[in-house]
Amino acid sequence: MSHPVAPATGDGRIRTPLPFPTAARAAVADPQLRANLHRATRTIRAKRARVVDEVPDWEALRDAGSAIKADVQRRLPELLEQFEASATAAGATVHWARDAAEACQIVVALTRAAGADEVVKVKSMATQEIELNEALEAAGIAAYETDLAELIVQFGEDTPSHILVPAIHYNRAQIREIFQRRMSDAPADLTDEPAALAEAARAHLRRRFLSARVAVSGANFAVADTGTLVVVESEGNGRMCLTLPETLISVVGVEKLLPTFTDLEVFLQLLPRSSTGERMNPYTSMWTGVTPGDGPQTVHIVLVDNGRSAVLADPVGRPALSCIRCSACLNACPVYERAGGHAYGSVYPGPIGAILSPQLTGVADNASLPYASTLCGACYDVCPVKINIPEILVHLRQQAPHPPAERATMRLLSWVMRNPRRWAAALRLGRVGAGPLGAYRERRTGARTLRRLPWPASAWTRSRDLPLPAPQTFREWWGKQ
Amino acid sequence: MSARDEILARLRTALADGPPPVQVPRRYRRVDDRADLVDTLIDRLEDYRAVVHRGLDALPRLLSGVDRLAVPTDVPADWLAGYGGQLHRDAPPLSPAALDGMDAVLTGCAVAVADTGTIILDAGPSQGRRALTLVPDRHICVVRTEQVVGLLPEALTRLDPRAPLTWISGPSATSDIELNRVEGVHGPRRLEVVLISSGA
Ligand code: SF4
Repeated sequence: MSHPVAPATGDGRIRTPLPFPTAARAAVADPQLRANLHRATRTIRAKRARVVDEVPDWEALRDAGSAIKADVQRRLPELLEQFEASATAAGATVHWARDAAEACQIVVALTRAAGADEVVKVKSMATQEIELNEALEAAGIAAYETDLAELIVQFGEDTPSHILVPAIHYNRAQIREIFQRRMSDAPADLTDEPAALAEAARAHLRRRFLSARVAVSGANFAVADTGTLVVVESEGNGRMCLTLPETLISVVGVEKLLPTFTDLEVFLQLLPRSSTGERMNPYTSMWTGVTPGDGPQTVHIVLVDNGRSAVLADPVGRPALSCIRCSACLNACPVYERAGGHAYGSVYPGPIGAILSPQLTGVADNASLPYASTLCGACYDVCPVKINIPEILVHLRQQAPHPPAERATMRLLSWVMRNPRRWAAALRLGRVGAGPLGAYRERRTGARTLRRLPWPASAWTRSRDLPLPAPQTFREWWGKQ
Repeated sequence: MSARDEILARLRTALADGPPPVQVPRRYRRVDDRADLVDTLIDRLEDYRAVVHRGLDALPRLLSGVDRLAVPTDVPADWLAGYGGQLHRDAPPLSPAALDGMDAVLTGCAVAVADTGTIILDAGPSQGRRALTLVPDRHICVVRTEQVVGLLPEALTRLDPRAPLTWISGPSATSDIELNRVEGVHGPRRLEVVLISSGA
């Protein structure tokens, strides 16, 4: 290549329409939302802790997962070429999309070429990111979400508020009401029993599954040496979409690669336990190109950049591309627990969203997100691939536009946090109010809270204090919560 | 410049800092030395609310309530001994609508993982194509004890990556309504496992 091509930022639903503190204000004032979030994050956290504790080699799995992903990032161009060659040899057609608009155009064109005016969809963050449903609709193609929670959100003309349980902001009575209003074939006597609601969704979608000609999915993993795609799910709607239609189109971020099929032995242990707190999710599907006589006979894969090259270009922020979207960091985060997913304004909420979204768009376009954190470190502790989210948050704060004195503080913080010994020492200093973390303040109650965040998150701390680690390690603090 | 070439060029530029090679530490367990693998598998399956039966003798009883049974074309004859209902072999392939009218499907599997309670189908012998075990509401799956391994890494070495793979850990389930677990949304709502020992 004679002229180097610069990495490029992305667009789509990864931009905060409002600064985080403004968006969070509504959530913080909504008692039902806060109660739902509180219950959900605590329940999932407890389940996760239980099944992680029974794995004696959990830390070894995390180390392997983290290293495999670092290796993927280092070798991304060659692994993508290898994946393309393997998938193509197995009968798939591989497409490349520079940004959200190009990815949408490709999917629209493929759907039209298949002669379809509707598609069934498996829950996929990549297709939410590129706003595919909107693009399909604009092209006269109906897109049907088939994941129960996504169906609720779609019927409610809403956006997901959590990666794992996207409709967590609704109660069963509200779900019943949404079904009765929007589901043409909902039973007249539908109750708000979870089993009855699930049954209504099953009946509603079954005909659609049995007659669908085109399905759109994402993928949890894409395996370079074999060309295999992997989808992890619970309800079976994934299997329906991946198995019954004639044409399958999978939209995959370039960072989803794994070098070898064997590497799945690490990630299929890390993901379910971190995500739903189960030993294994009910269904995992893997397919490699086309299998004659079994499943879709036309298989397309759209590899999407949309800002990932810009993330890769930052050596400090790069590990954000390791994320396997388990949502453990959301459930661990005290800010997310109060603010909910909508406040982040992006498909990627919580701690991972606070580092990934600003990197995908460029920090200037998402400047408030790196402040949506107390830097307590809970996200780093639970992350199955050991992404040092606090370090990246501080690194990004340095790039956000703010006064020089603050930038200097952030540079110092970043330097401190990059080294565990310096960080521990700073925390000790912070506790006596003399260190760079002098914002810590012992309230009369004895609880540690952060009273003032730097702008723009200062609007957030004006309305409430944020809890901070007690004067022990984070784990001790967490045990007490 | 094509999108492909442009993206690959962007990524190469992004790596201009030359990140050092990575050694992947594989200190995790690759083999399970537990003696009671089958008991562990049963425990995990029941934890997911699958129903477990032991011995081929359990099959006639299980099948006696099934009017319309779908099977792959190569299902072993002894699994069907004494079955008196309507038998639908998947040749020519049953349509999705026909599968939707079945009361149950009976298949074997490729591997079962004790540690996670996972049954893996790879479209190999006595398993058929993927739609077969997906559309009927009840899946009866025969697992031979020699197909049981301890850990996921052991299972992966037994699989052909190019085969379509379906990993099943209990029946279809959702927790999306106020975190209540509800069995059976779109996949089979009942999973029944019949464990038979080698040579049985
Ligand atoms: S950053 Fe880590 S904990 Fe958070 S969703 Fe991604 S993989 Fe999970």
